[in-house]
Amino acid sequence: MDYTEKVMDHFMNPRNVGKIENADAIAEVGNPSCGDVIKMYLRIQGETIEDIKFQTFGCGAAIAVSSQTTEMVKGKSLKEALDLTRDQVAEELGGLPPIKMHCSNLAADALHQAVKTYMKEHGLS
Amino acid sequence: MERIYLDYNATTPVRAEVRDAVMPFLNELFGNPSSRHLEGRQVKTKIEAARAQVAAAIGAEPERVVFNAGATEGNVSVLRGYQVNYKDKKGRNHIIVSGVEHPAVYDTAKKMAGEGYEVTFVPVDGEGNLDMAFLKSAVTERTGLISVMTVNNETGVIYPVKEIAKIAHEKGALFHTDAVQAVGKMPFDVKDIDADFVTISAHKFYAPKGVGAIYIKKGKRLDPLLTGGHQESNRRAGTENVAGMIAMGRALELAMGEMASDRERIGKIRDEFERRILAEVPHTRRNGGENNRLYTTSNISFRFVEGEAVQLKLDHFGIAVSTGSACSSGTLDPSHVIMAICNGDEEEAHSSIRFSFGKYSKMEEVGYVVDRVKEVVAQLRSFSPLYDKFLSSQGK
Repeated sequence: MDYTEKVMDHFMNPRNVGKIENADAIAEVGNPSCGDVIKMYLRIQGETIEDIKFQTFGCGAAIAVSSQTTEMVKGKSLKEALDLTRDQVAEELGGLPPIKMHCSNLAADALHQAVKTYMKEHGLS
Repeated sequence: MERIYLDYNATTPVRAEVRDAVMPFLNELFGNPSSRHLEGRQVKTKIEAARAQVAAAIGAEPERVVFNAGATEGNVSVLRGYQVNYKDKKGRNHIIVSGVEHPAVYDTAKKMAGEGYEVTFVPVDGEGNLDMAFLKSAVTERTGLISVMTVNNETGVIYPVKEIAKIAHEKGALFHTDAVQAVGKMPFDVKDIDADFVTISAHKFYAPKGVGAIYIKKGKRLDPLLTGGHQESNRRAGTENVAGMIAMGRALELAMGEMASDRERIGKIRDEFERRILAEVPHTRRNGGENNRLYTTSNISFRFVEGEAVQLKLDHFGIAVSTGSACSSGTLDPSHVIMAICNGDEEEAHSSIRFSFGKYSKMEEVGYVVDRVKEVVAQLRSFSPLYDKFLSSQGK
């Protein structure tokens, strides 16, 4: 299966790339030996994700998934971010090649990790 | 925009001269070469001429050349069939292959290791050269076959097959070389090497896919994979791929005449490309030593970026290359070849791109390709967490 048009669009023109200086939450998942590393930076106001950016080392799918994930949660609540699943991201992209579903679909994991750490540190549940 | 194809090691386009040579066999010359009537006899004569063309290109007698469906069949039939040469089959079930073989050899050998064969993989150093001392010490009285490729498909590194054949023969073992990347591109002589078996594939030298050949030294045999027909002197059953054979013969005949000039011209393009990439793109590494490499191939790791992403972006800019990264291949592991050269550094393996040049490559294209590579790598690095970490570690 080839990449969908939407995957290619996010890959060629990724949204929300880069870092947020003094971010309220940061998380990194994956490792270089697997070919994918995704790092998410969040700015949080109250319980809302005001801004989100990412850095990704990975294949076209990994980059597109990162970009799509940031778009889906920017301006959303922490709870909504935690409810976002990998499958929803893949679905929003019009699907991913089966072999990429597992290895390159890590952005939601990075997001969840960042949000959970933030909530724990701030006594939210 | 016109595409720039830099993946000649994967496959080549069919040359017009080759297509022309084949056309009659897709039209009026349709007979089955096994038939005794005129239609059959006409075709039989032509495939024997093609066999002679292939034989001439590798320094073999025509009757030692067996046509087949390509290199995978050739490689598997050697590994699976060599034991027929030994009376005491069980006694010679040790095979030695290099750690950088094409999957047709590498994966088949691995599979055989699970079926009671003893298999030794010979490692390579950081430049892709075989550990010859290791290889020598691995050969025993039980070694039945040593299989080492002539030229590596991913790096272009050339292996000392003549020396390895000698090592094999000293212990009474057979020697096979997968010469897919060598034949038609560099001088290759089965007698000089003293190979027992040689695998070649037509689509690497401007003939169609799906046809190849195996050379079997006089006095040696292979237990055929395909049985049930007398074709190819009982060595490979099945009605002949006539058009493929004709194409392969013609393509090799042409290649032999053009080898010296191709080597000179294509080599210059590759060298200029590689010199500029290594000079102008920071944090790059050549996979495979500078010398002792086939003139067609340049394999580069671009640190901090992933190969499939580079490949996809270059594709968008009209440039076709391939990558040793897992992510483009349908498996999850990076190339075992690049892994071996990178000393197990998987990040560098994931970052490798192979540029392979050929007959239709042009020096004028180098500038465009270098510029696009620079642009693509810089863009991907701009949001690579690994590059960011590297910059931080440098205090930038």
